[in-house]
Amino acid sequence: MDRDDLLSLYRQMLLIRRFEEKSAEMYALAKIGGFLHLYIGEEAIAVGAIAAIRANDYVITAYRDHGHCLAKGSEPGRVMAELFGKATGLCKGKGGSMHLVDARRNFMGGYAIVGGHLPLATGLAFAVKYQKRDQVVLCFFGEGAVPTGQAHEAFNLAALWKLPVIFICENNRYGMGTPVQRAVALYSNVAETARAYGIEAETVDGMDVLAVRTLMKTVVTKVRSAPHPSFVEALTYRFMGHSMADPSHGHYRSKEEVEEERTRDPLLLLRQTIMNRGLGSEPDFKRLEREVGEIVAAAVKFADESPFPAPTALEEDVYAE
Amino acid sequence: MLISYREALNQAMREEMRRDDRVFLIGEEVGYYQGAFKVSKGFVEEFGTQRVLDTPITEAGFTGLAIGAAMAGLHPIVELMTFNFGILALDQIVNNAAKIRYMSGGQLSVPLVIRGPGSAAHQLGAQHSQSLEAWFCHVPGLKVIAPATPHDAKGLLKSAVRDSNPVIFIEAQLLYSTKGDVAEGEYTIPIGQAEVKRRGDDVTIVAYSKMLLLALEAAEDLAREGIQAEVVDPRTLKPLDVQAIVSSVQKTGRLVIVEEGWRFAGLGAQIAEVVYAQAFDYLDAPIVRVTGVDVPMPYTRPLEDAAIPDRERVRAAVRQVVKGS
Ligand SMILES: Cc1ncc(C[n+]2csc(CCOP(=O)(O)OP(=O)(O)O)c2C)c(N)n1
Ligand SMILES: [Mg+2]
Repeated sequence: MDRDDLLSLYRQMLLIRRFEEKSAEMYALAKIGGFLHLYIGEEAIAVGAIAAIRANDYVITAYRDHGHCLAKGSEPGRVMAELFGKATGLCKGKGGSMHLVDARRNFMGGYAIVGGHLPLATGLAFAVKYQKRDQVVLCFFGEGAVPTGQAHEAFNLAALWKLPVIFICENNRYGMGTPVQRAVALYSNVAETARAYGIEAETVDGMDVLAVRTLMKTVVTKVRSAPHPSFVEALTYRFMGHSMADPSHGHYRSKEEVEEERTRDPLLLLRQTIMNRGLGSEPDFKRLEREVGEIVAAAVKFADESPFPAPTALEEDVYAE
Repeated sequence: MLISYREALNQAMREEMRRDDRVFLIGEEVGYYQGAFKVSKGFVEEFGTQRVLDTPITEAGFTGLAIGAAMAGLHPIVELMTFNFGILALDQIVNNAAKIRYMSGGQLSVPLVIRGPGSAAHQLGAQHSQSLEAWFCHVPGLKVIAPATPHDAKGLLKSAVRDSNPVIFIEAQLLYSTKGDVAEGEYTIPIGQAEVKRRGDDVTIVAYSKMLLLALEAAEDLAREGIQAEVVDPRTLKPLDVQAIVSSVQKTGRLVIVEEGWRFAGLGAQIAEVVYAQAFDYLDAPIVRVTGVDVPMPYTRPLEDAAIPDRERVRAAVRQVVKGS
């Protein structure tokens, strides 16, 4: 692992972090409306996993989707414009924060019905296998989706038909205010849920981007060479509230707990690794900060200066010709 | 060519699967069992288990899988054993299939057919006897088709498979064995086109699916009483061929709508609304609806019969709009 590689991973995570912080600011300024779920604290999962796949592999996720979309390579300006509801947004302002799609990059979207996109992921994988292509599908979801019926139906079908889908459970320990131990029967080992279907499952430190990428590379290679589903549980923590409507801590978790978890910030961990290995130092991080800052500022400028969709857009895109 | 409704559906799917290998059939018992109502007879033999997929009893799962496959470029046909079980897949149909195109700003589309029988058969009880077409018609992004004859079933199913949108295709158990003439050779019927199934000047009856057959029988009875009914079959419920219905009403000045589904917020209420809005001045009498009764379907035959429109209720409705009694 060389310097450029590690700095590139760091830069991607930093981009997501600063993008999310800026989104929160824009939300406070009412430039962004509706629900806004930030990925702060969980960046290592999307970045590590997507670093292990090819550009034409599919990614699909839930509503906390900005990070995955950016990691898949979408232009920050078009993502920010979507959050602003602008015509230049990825989805022309019709999707919003929770429904980003970038079809050109096989980023197949963010979905806001908990558990509802897991069957879609099996369908993408089915199409890959049906057409004898060699892509894989990464399907991200929170631990809150694990007990849903749709998830279990998807696990069963994927296992039954050996579909090339990798289910990635982002276990941030809470579904809104409900801790995993009050929601998931096998809370101490969520991966066990998938094993019950004969699906190979691993648990990884979701704060360690290198660990995520290393595991994912192994899993992706296996799935690509002989189609079958796999399951990865990534242990993580959401540093902010569930959405902008929720403070970072509240009745359901303590300030101390959040502060304790923040000591394992995925950016901090990678930064330490880079420094410890002598592969980068303060000036490198300063430079990345500046570059990323410029990208995010440009994204906001682009979003802000873009027009809202014309009224005629309202009834467009309901049906395909 | 005189064939059954079941055979017409079989031919439509067979022809489309031969034409385009992106088309596949997925659902419970569609393979070796040949479909719960034997619609996919001979399919495994011809197309193999790669394209004819028996699923576990997981409507949300396999419907969602088909939607995902459609997003990635395939053209699935989902067979629901009956639409009663489609209720378990409503999240997939309403939140994903119908909306993905719009939410993505037109980047993704979902070319998909979801088909199977709706409405009551005989004495199957409340959970197996219901007409839910109004639910699907309510959702932007879906198209809804409910053909009554073998000819329409074949031509419309072929069009549905070729459409780039999610299409809900509602059949009826009691129609599968009915027979009718089907055109020879390759043909399709455009989605969104009604057909006048019987000409008449005195009153318009709008009826679809099984209720079309009832309306045609009632129209024959009424002809003997000197009332000539025009029977219009929308065939496609969404997009509705409003023009065809309005034109007929402009001619007859009277309208009866027959539907098997529940009365309150039923599809007939929507049809009445468009006719009042577009042909009010032509109406000589208020529109009358003949509908299912607002109760869960009872098992016992006399009560079941009372819950579903019958020939006599259609005749009475027509007499009411024609003679005011
Ligand atoms: C089917 C369904 N029920 C309820 C909700 C409301 N809801 C939105 S997010 C959420 C919590 C989900 O938690 P998790 O899956 O762990 O994801 P996280 O927010 O932690 O990333 C709930 C209950 C929903 N969107 N969908
Ligand atoms: Mg969670």
